[in-house]
Amino acid sequence: MAGNNPTPTEYIQHHLQNLTFGHHPENGWSMAHSAQEAADMGFWAIHVDTMGWSVAMGVLFIWLFRKVGKAATTGVPGKLQSAIEMIFEFVEDMVRGAFHGKNTMIAPLALTLFVWIFLMNLLKLVPVDLAPELFAKFGVEYMKLVPTTDPNATLGMALGVFCLIIYYSIKVKGAGGFVKELSFTPFNHWSLIPFNLVMEIIGLLVKPLSLGLRLFGNMFAGEVIFILIALLPFWVSWTLNVPWAIFHILVITLQAFIFTVLTVVYLNSAHEHH
Amino acid sequence: MNINMTLIGQMIAFAIFVWFCMKYVWPPISTALHERQKKIADGLDAASRATRDLEVAQEEANETLRASKEQAAEILEQSHKRSSQMIEEAREQARQEGERMIASAKSEIDQEVNRAREELRGQVSRLAIVGAERILQSSIDETKHRELVDKLAKEL
Repeated sequence: MAGNNPTPTEYIQHHLQNLTFGHHPENGWSMAHSAQEAADMGFWAIHVDTMGWSVAMGVLFIWLFRKVGKAATTGVPGKLQSAIEMIFEFVEDMVRGAFHGKNTMIAPLALTLFVWIFLMNLLKLVPVDLAPELFAKFGVEYMKLVPTTDPNATLGMALGVFCLIIYYSIKVKGAGGFVKELSFTPFNHWSLIPFNLVMEIIGLLVKPLSLGLRLFGNMFAGEVIFILIALLPFWVSWTLNVPWAIFHILVITLQAFIFTVLTVVYLNSAHEHH
Repeated sequence: MNINMTLIGQMIAFAIFVWFCMKYVWPPISTALHERQKKIADGLDAASRATRDLEVAQEEANETLRASKEQAAEILEQSHKRSSQMIEEAREQARQEGERMIASAKSEIDQEVNRAREELRGQVSRLAIVGAERILQSSIDETKHRELVDKLAKEL
């Protein structure tokens, strides 16, 4: 929205458009200059802002925790170390409660998911106009700050979890065991195998879909509301903005937590024999 | 909101972060936490042990104190007894000594008196004889009147 005054529709669409780099049928490899161009690029495009901010948040998480981990003493911890340890213990307790198998990967996975998603969600508390306006100054046309409002990001993580579910199901139960489980639950009778298979495979596929879409839906809806509030005159918008932002401190944490817990629960059921 | 390669990119980033976390982030924090937990548990253990030890030691100290007090009281009592006994003995000794001294002084006095008496008697008898000689102006045969004079002296 540089220069000319956009209509509310244009304003909203602009704020919800990712910065896309990809292969356009006519322009070749380039940045998309409109939503239409981005859509034309099809699958072979990448959301630079989503990737950039999510990797930045991931690196921030790794850096922060690595720093604390390296300096971690067994003596009296500092304030930062205490804070990190609180998060750490929170996740560890959660994993211990929800996961009963023996797998050293689950707890670090849960920690990564929880903190990473939390940090990505946290970007939502940055005022909605700040990032687009700021990047517009440098000639960047679009900047959607929050990676979790991009279904690619949430579904990407969910697909990662899905791969792990499949991997551990086969690893723990064996390929035959896994197929057998799919075939004979919930109805343990040979005549109902097709029915069971359909049910179980749908159930299996719904797991990552619901996981990714839940996070995306919550974050996207919240973002849209923030943008709508931003359309109000500045002297009234704070009356809605502030409560919504405060409410979102809860939503942000809760969604990160839900994603993490469900991942652990899914992986737990992948490890269990039925 | 198009589904595109970002999906794959995010999966890769996810995998890398999880791997990195598992490899370099989780172990040091976990180790530090559990070591501290163990340390604190050990410390609490040691503290409770020390409290117990202290209680035992206090009890022992009380016991010792009580015993020594008893002993001291006993010793004191004994010494009291001993001292009163000694005083009694000394008093008895002094009394005896006094009596002995009084008795010897008495006997000495008696002897002295007797001796003085004898002497006086001799002198009196001599004086009597001298007096009688003077009165009679004549010599009296001492041997003749000895018996008479002795008789006289004895009556003095």
